[in-house]
Amino acid sequence: MTSRQPTLKLKSQQLNTLINVIKQRGYTPVGPVVREGSLIYDRLNSADELPRGWTDEQDAATFRLKRRSDNAYFGYNVGQHSWKQFLFLPKVKLFTSIKKGKTFEVIPNSPHEIVQNYAFIGVRPCDLQAIKVQDLVFNNGQFTDPLYKTIRKKNFIAVVNCTQAGGTCFCVSMSSGPRAYRGFDLAMTEVLSGDDHFFTVEVGSKSGAEVMSEIPHDIADQTQIETADKLVERAARQMGRSMDVKDIKEILYANLENKSWDDVANRCLTCANCVMVCPTCFCSTVEDITDVTGEHAERWRRWDSCFTMDFAKVFGGNFRPSSKGRYRQWMTHKLATWIDQFGTSGCVGCGRCITWCPVRIDITEEMRTIRSGAR
Amino acid sequence: MAIKKPKVAVFKFASCDGCQLSILDAEDELLIIANAVDIAFFPEASRRMLKGPYDISFVEGSITTPHDVEYIREVRKMSRVLVTIGACATAGGIQALRNWKDIKEFTQIVYAKPEYISALDRSLPISSYVHVDFELQGCPINKYQFIEVMSAFLHRRRPNVSSHSVCIECKTKGNICVLVDKGIPCLGPVTHAGCGALCPSYQRGCYGCYGPMESPNTQSLSKHFIRLGLTGQDVMLAFRGFNAYAEAFRKESDAHEK
Ligand code: SF4
Ligand code: SF4
Ligand code: SF4
Ligand code: SF4
Repeated sequence: MTSRQPTLKLKSQQLNTLINVIKQRGYTPVGPVVREGSLIYDRLNSADELPRGWTDEQDAATFRLKRRSDNAYFGYNVGQHSWKQFLFLPKVKLFTSIKKGKTFEVIPNSPHEIVQNYAFIGVRPCDLQAIKVQDLVFNNGQFTDPLYKTIRKKNFIAVVNCTQAGGTCFCVSMSSGPRAYRGFDLAMTEVLSGDDHFFTVEVGSKSGAEVMSEIPHDIADQTQIETADKLVERAARQMGRSMDVKDIKEILYANLENKSWDDVANRCLTCANCVMVCPTCFCSTVEDITDVTGEHAERWRRWDSCFTMDFAKVFGGNFRPSSKGRYRQWMTHKLATWIDQFGTSGCVGCGRCITWCPVRIDITEEMRTIRSGAR
Repeated sequence: MAIKKPKVAVFKFASCDGCQLSILDAEDELLIIANAVDIAFFPEASRRMLKGPYDISFVEGSITTPHDVEYIREVRKMSRVLVTIGACATAGGIQALRNWKDIKEFTQIVYAKPEYISALDRSLPISSYVHVDFELQGCPINKYQFIEVMSAFLHRRRPNVSSHSVCIECKTKGNICVLVDKGIPCLGPVTHAGCGALCPSYQRGCYGCYGPMESPNTQSLSKHFIRLGLTGQDVMLAFRGFNAYAEAFRKESDAHEK
């Protein structure tokens, strides 16, 4: 947008109108919902389905949903799911091939069956940064993943800035939150004060402006803007974790033989949960399958990880057989080699790998150990 | 143009037949399989029993008697490719729990005439006696993985059977982790994929039916189970299930036995 738009104010009762307008414009809204006692991202039909009045308590290897004392719509941070599951599909058929006499015919998978024009509602600033990081991987001009590009082409992104931080959040360290500044259609901040419940809304794109023009709203006044800003500042002071990123790349490169890698390898299960939940991790593998007759073959792509043995298997063996080598690969890629590769950190500080590691391995702790014993 | 169909056999040793039933359960695919291969020997399914050699032999069950030892050697000689299926054939099965006890004591309690029983002192996997070309883990095996292994061998390609953790299957499906979200002890991080994360998909912890994964750190997971409040005895029992005698699980349960 060229000229700066004024900050708008949306009454909380209008949240459902927002979802309806987004739907009418041909998007499939997706957002946080509670299913079987857990926080997930799924199709949203109305604002009533949002986890209103819920919050999350997070620490290494624990996530618990708890009731809040108020009725906030977005009073939690991030759950195990990320938007990655909609943009970089966990498992997707790439093509089918049918034997035709001595040759075969390839039938590409139609993206129309997959692409849903998603509207993401309630994207946290760290996760918005994660989407930008994956854009650099899958659609960087030089290399393009056609499926990713097609799915990303028609997205609507409604960010909700954080007014509280979770026990494993460290976006302040990674400069990715708790406020989003660009790259969204709308960025909202939820304000609950007394009986007043509203969102301040910043418009970040033409589609964002068009959506807002169809919903009754006001222009936010200075007090409302300041109240919202204070809440976001509060979140910034509440970070459950932190990471010193000064010279991080150089420190990691100089410490590839640090003894702490052996220690983390003793604890690491090589289960790959950290990779699966990380919103920026992008590795996949491709599997070719044939049926019993051999007439019909399919190529599938699915998420993979540097923690699996097959990942580094090449002719003649595996070049990363130890857990030490695999954990080190993951962490140094996230925090150091990513910077050389894509010009940004591969970590946005969302804290998922800390919360969802079954044995409490904490990337911020591991980094601190290396830094303190750095040679 | 009559192409000779590959001859396939299915053998059974000490087992519950559950893996063979998983094969029979592949109802939709069974007719296609029967068309593509010659099911030459499969007593559980058919009275037709053709002599070897066989192109692929699938072997269910563990070796528990001297007779088994002789027979598996014969089966090996008759088979171009030998694939073991299930926890019994790949790890000794639930019956391997007797490996920690005195078999003579059992036979005396159970049988009226124990002198007629000739059993080895341990229940062991097929690979303890003969060379095995591929092991398909699981109690019971997954029928789709069975079809995949058969198709792969028929078409001379590598089977797509991942040996990583169950966690990857869980996450790919979008399941929320029961260990982290509910504090339920789950063996998924050290267990071989293949079941499609069946139990976690129904909010249960993984029982380890598919045996150890490729690089199982059972010690670290046990430590966490104890942090969650399990006793050493609980941890011992968790690892002493259908795959109790698989090395990684055996060592871990032994470490917690008083
Ligand atoms: S890391 Fe920051 S932006 Fe992400 S959920 Fe936590 S507070 Fe919000
Ligand atoms: S490395 Fe961990 S904290 Fe960083 S983006 Fe990935 S999951 Fe989030
Ligand atoms: S760091 Fe944690 S989540 Fe990642 S592979 Fe190791 S044990 Fe699994
Ligand atoms: S529920 Fe169990 S198998 Fe699934 S991710 Fe969690 S620990 Fe792994």
